[in-house]
Amino acid sequence: MLDFAPKIPIAEFISDLTDTITDMFAFLFDPIKNQFGDFMEWGADLLASIPAVIVILVVAVLAFFISGKRFGLSIFSIIGLWLVYNQGMWEDLMFTFTLVLASSLLSVIIGVPIGILMSKSKTAETILTPILDFMQTMPAFVYLIPAVAFFSIGMVPGIFASLIFATPPTVRFTNLGIRQVSRELVEASEAFGSTGSQKLFKVELPMAKKTIMAGINQTVMLSLSMVVIASMIGAPGLGRQVLSALQRAQVGTGFVAGIGIVILAIIIDRFTQNLNK
Amino acid sequence: MPIIKVDGLSKVFGKNWKEALRLLGTGKTKEEILKETGATVGVNRASFEVEQGEVFVIMGLSGSGKSTLVRLLNRLIEPTEGSVFVDGEDLAKVDKNKLRQVRRQKLSMVFQKFALFPHRTILENTEFGLEIQGIDKETRSKKAQESLELVGLGSYIHQYPGQLSGGMQQRVGLARALANDPEVLLMDEAFSALDPLIRKDMQDELLDLQESMKKTIIFITHDLDEALRIGDRIALMKDGSIVQIGTPEEILVNPANEYVEKFVEDVDRSKVLTAEHIMKRPETVNMEKHGPRVALERMKEEGLSSIYVTDGKRNLKGYITAEDASDARKNDIRDIKEILKTDVPTVSKDTPMHDIFEVIHNSPVPIAVVEDGKLYGIIVRGAVLAALAGEGEVNINA
Repeated sequence: MLDFAPKIPIAEFISDLTDTITDMFAFLFDPIKNQFGDFMEWGADLLASIPAVIVILVVAVLAFFISGKRFGLSIFSIIGLWLVYNQGMWEDLMFTFTLVLASSLLSVIIGVPIGILMSKSKTAETILTPILDFMQTMPAFVYLIPAVAFFSIGMVPGIFASLIFATPPTVRFTNLGIRQVSRELVEASEAFGSTGSQKLFKVELPMAKKTIMAGINQTVMLSLSMVVIASMIGAPGLGRQVLSALQRAQVGTGFVAGIGIVILAIIIDRFTQNLNK
Repeated sequence: MPIIKVDGLSKVFGKNWKEALRLLGTGKTKEEILKETGATVGVNRASFEVEQGEVFVIMGLSGSGKSTLVRLLNRLIEPTEGSVFVDGEDLAKVDKNKLRQVRRQKLSMVFQKFALFPHRTILENTEFGLEIQGIDKETRSKKAQESLELVGLGSYIHQYPGQLSGGMQQRVGLARALANDPEVLLMDEAFSALDPLIRKDMQDELLDLQESMKKTIIFITHDLDEALRIGDRIALMKDGSIVQIGTPEEILVNPANEYVEKFVEDVDRSKVLTAEHIMKRPETVNMEKHGPRVALERMKEEGLSSIYVTDGKRNLKGYITAEDASDARKNDIRDIKEILKTDVPTVSKDTPMHDIFEVIHNSPVPIAVVEDGKLYGIIVRGAVLAALAGEGEVNINA
């Protein structure tokens, strides 16, 4: 009795839609693919061309100051990064880092304003919440397919997929952070005659900063995980090592590449967390 | 012209506000309206006027709508109906720009939980109102500093709010409000979060500041003692309506209805009532005309054991006891001066009852209420007790 209707062609619909979008927005996607792709390549190459020892030292010094003049993070960075270098994955690390940096930056640039919009408008919140849920629960691999359709293979589709997957925490936490600002403080700023933007920039955003930063930290971590998955559509970096090890059943190589990702993850996580203090 | 005039101001929360307003007009209570329409009446057709330089206290228990009312005054909450005239301009009808301008220049607010910005220093907090008006750094910092000096926090400018005690934080709140040099200060339970001793200090300080500044202050509180202490006039609220408006004495002595009466029942009257309120017309003898014999007669008539003595101009000279007068008559003494006692316990008209206790406790005779040497009345022990108990004849217009 459940067969009262023929199969609804959802898959076909989405395929057609994607095709249409690809065609319609080719004028937009193509330059992004080419210009932005070239720019990313250039950035990654630039980073990779800096002698590793200089990068390691700079990271160690930054770690020292960012963690409140303690040595722990610096020592970990030196040992960890050296190990990656030692295992011959330095260039991959630089590519992965470039991808994470670019996709996180874009996520924040897009996510924070959307979060602000959500906090200001009940309607926006009602509409966006299920979309965010959808974006986060859909298996990450699924995003790779339209990414390839829009931007073919390489760094750019990787960043695109990562954007969809990693932006929601920044949006959510920005919304939450602003909504959590105590009513009296908001009233105080209004009572003294603030304009909307004065209220936002002088009171709400500074007060919500910690929460927003926690969201950004999440976004960066998710970007990293997505950038690894994006190796399946040709994004360069440590993920590619993991993927090839998987395809050839090389446990050792896979483990080493995995360790490289873990080291990068820990360093990025501690950096963003310390920024929040 | 009153600086603030509130006319028929109502606030109804909920979708069904139109129906609720109509029902309010028919005299239904807050509960009945909630039951029928699901809308909550926050403020019910409040009307009052506040004069320039006045301390106007709005008091009521929690849920009485006092905090809503004060927020209607600067439109942090949009009024459902009615008008708020500030300097003759109806704030309920002005556009956003005008409203912002009025908030910046005429109305400042002090909050119950201080509402200081934790990420800003004390000075930056105090500057806030000036900063958003776009006043340059130097000028606003100078003004903010003056304002902080005024509340005694001149040396804390670089601290953060979290480093200060509650009392000090609220001084900053006050300084921030004063830095704008507003015409009206709205104080929403400003001292309620402070412990009693600090609260009293702050009340005193506010009154001191008020002496020199002569701002118009609208002060919200749930504490009747506080209201009586600082208010020139008090509006008592219940269920969103103003039940009575009057001076502290009027509220205490002539409660408008049972609710007010119950409310003021527990008040420490000794802090509000003064000698003037409980004194009676004195029985006296004029030493220039009368001798001990007349004095004794009078005491017998009135059933007194002593009587005050004045000269022809009602200047108090002392008192004589019945015993002495009786002896004097036997010994044929004609002049009152010879038996006159001058260790007279005196108070002035505005001595608070609190201070009368001690005087009357140590005195064998009624206390004389004296102003410029003239005798205005006497206070007997019974009157003090009766006034404390909230009964007896208290002559408010004395």
